[in-house]
Amino acid sequence: MSTGHQDKGTLRVLQLYPRDMNIYGDWGNALVLQQRIGWHGYTPELLEYNVGDEFPANVDIIVGGGGQDSGQLVIQDDLQARAVELTDLAEDGAPMLVICGLYQLFGKSFKTRTGTVIPGIGILDVETLGTDERLIGNVKVATTEFGEVLGYENHSGQTTLGNGVRPLGTAAKGTGNNSADGHEGARYRNIVASYLHGSLLPKNPAIADFLIRTAAERKFGSFEPGTPDDSYAVLAREHAARRPR
Amino acid sequence: MPLLGYIRTMFYISVPLGKLVRRVSRLRGGGSALPGLVVEKIDPGFMRRTLTTLPHGVAVVSGTNGKTTTTKMVVELLESQGLTVFTNRTGSNFTRGVAAALLGAVDWRGRLKADVAVLELDEAHAVHFVNSVPPRYSLLLNVLRDQLDRFGEIDKTAQLLQHIADKTTGTVVLNREDPRVARIAETLTGQDVRYFGLDDSLLSTFPNDDDMRTAPGSPAPAALPQKPAADVVLSTVGADSAAFEYDGGTVTTGMKLRGVYNIFNAAAALTLARSICGGGAATADHDALLVALGKVEPAFGRGESLTVDGQPLDLVLVKNPSGFRLGLKSFPAEGYATMIAINDNYADGRDMSWLWDVGFDSLQPGGVDQLTGSRAYDMALRLQYDDVRIGAVQPEIAPALAAFIREAAGKPKRIFCTYTAMLAIRRELSKITTVEVVS
Ligand SMILES: [Zn+2]
Repeated sequence: MSTGHQDKGTLRVLQLYPRDMNIYGDWGNALVLQQRIGWHGYTPELLEYNVGDEFPANVDIIVGGGGQDSGQLVIQDDLQARAVELTDLAEDGAPMLVICGLYQLFGKSFKTRTGTVIPGIGILDVETLGTDERLIGNVKVATTEFGEVLGYENHSGQTTLGNGVRPLGTAAKGTGNNSADGHEGARYRNIVASYLHGSLLPKNPAIADFLIRTAAERKFGSFEPGTPDDSYAVLAREHAARRPR
Repeated sequence: MPLLGYIRTMFYISVPLGKLVRRVSRLRGGGSALPGLVVEKIDPGFMRRTLTTLPHGVAVVSGTNGKTTTTKMVVELLESQGLTVFTNRTGSNFTRGVAAALLGAVDWRGRLKADVAVLELDEAHAVHFVNSVPPRYSLLLNVLRDQLDRFGEIDKTAQLLQHIADKTTGTVVLNREDPRVARIAETLTGQDVRYFGLDDSLLSTFPNDDDMRTAPGSPAPAALPQKPAADVVLSTVGADSAAFEYDGGTVTTGMKLRGVYNIFNAAAALTLARSICGGGAATADHDALLVALGKVEPAFGRGESLTVDGQPLDLVLVKNPSGFRLGLKSFPAEGYATMIAINDNYADGRDMSWLWDVGFDSLQPGGVDQLTGSRAYDMALRLQYDDVRIGAVQPEIAPALAAFIREAAGKPKRIFCTYTAMLAIRRELSKITTVEVVS
């Protein structure tokens, strides 16, 4: 499927903590970035960063997923130790996608049901509260930037946005960030944060291409898109949108 | 009424009452768990009393994948030895389901006419069950990554199996090739431990679950430094036969079960059956065991082989990432026309994320001829990203199946399907063609 002539340059995609934070198909997001970078005529390079690794230089896109509670505990200290690198990249406009658990930890704090406060790295102005209620099911989100976003949520943490971020969109089906305000996800600089698994990017190629375009413009000054065949994505979206919660 | 008399009265009325509830709920078409719940509530000692007094006691089968078919194998192997076996065949594998099944099998005085009980235990309910009914035998199959939405994590599943082993009073049968299961032996003190294993030449046909893309939890423990001797080793697998090594020799037998994975579980079932029948002065009748093993058919709804228009058609049930990966490894695509049917009804699970936790590279050489089910296009998208050629996509199962059979005429066929898709396909197959069930 790699149709483009691979001479537009290399884009390096870094998966954050794939060993501990990668559930409900979040790997699919990395795979989609890798393939679409190729379909747009660039050369993808997929890197992994796990606890204790050396943080790679010259990263163009960062993607991170959700994890079990145990996974969050395992990465917690290491993530704090990487807060400076990640914050610098974020403030400098590097495109990032963080899902579920890493969305929460990119925020200011996570207060568990028992009252323990786990500090986040504070890139996103959001706070999360653990609850007994599990929010599970298909989600449809209305967004201005990416049109309708489709996915599947499965979380018990409820996230509230501060003034420093704007929501990704408004949940038209499902719950999203919390059971009160109808918001789903968060946007800050070139970071897209969301609770949606599914995986998110396959059925929402507009978000994938936003990340790739931003990375290319940052690195090469411009983005020359290819022509990926999205006919299955279009049909998968139509069918998914009609499925029950 | 004095307390003791009250308890005694409860004892005498609980079984008749439970049986009555069972009859009524059968008449009303109700589920199997309600009568079990009634007995459990009014007479909590019922199950322990009835099961633990059996001559061979209770054997439990647990693990992530293959419990139902393995339980069925053990039952048929023991029956070949002339034993009367009580089992939870209805598929309700929870404590209450067991109590309900018991009520159907005991006489009005609460006596069970059986030599041994062989029970499939869901990991989620195993702890509660083995705490109230300690098994004499346990067979622990594997710890594989499930959807992760039921038990939390893989390490927890290993702990649950450990607990079953701890509560076992006689023999614990372990999978030598699964480090999380094999290592359970290290902490056991009083139990007799036996292993079932694979010949090294077959190890590569099993996916290593820790290579899976989704890998929360701690890394797998290392394999045992020195492989312990196994009671039964699966040494080779043919098209419809398999060879097992035990007692210093190798025997080959015809098999109706398909897939290396199912046949490996046959080695597990053989080990457990040998433990139960070969204790003390008794020796197992191995000829009868092998004949029985060759006849075992997959449990209903777990996958089966049919003949359609003179060609084999395999239905392979896939319900979670590890199951799909096992299916792809265990049933190589070469020489087969392939269809995949993915539904997202409640019984299948609504979340499609799991398709992204499975790698489909093994389907690249031949491609997939037909995709169907309510999430056919999610599957198409998944295959597109793994560079797998796609023939046709048709979400409606009936026309998709008809087209698949028409266009793959003269070729053996295989359909990977989720649970409700499998039910629909069986229904359709019986309408459009003469179906001969091979196994
Ligand atoms: Zn989640």
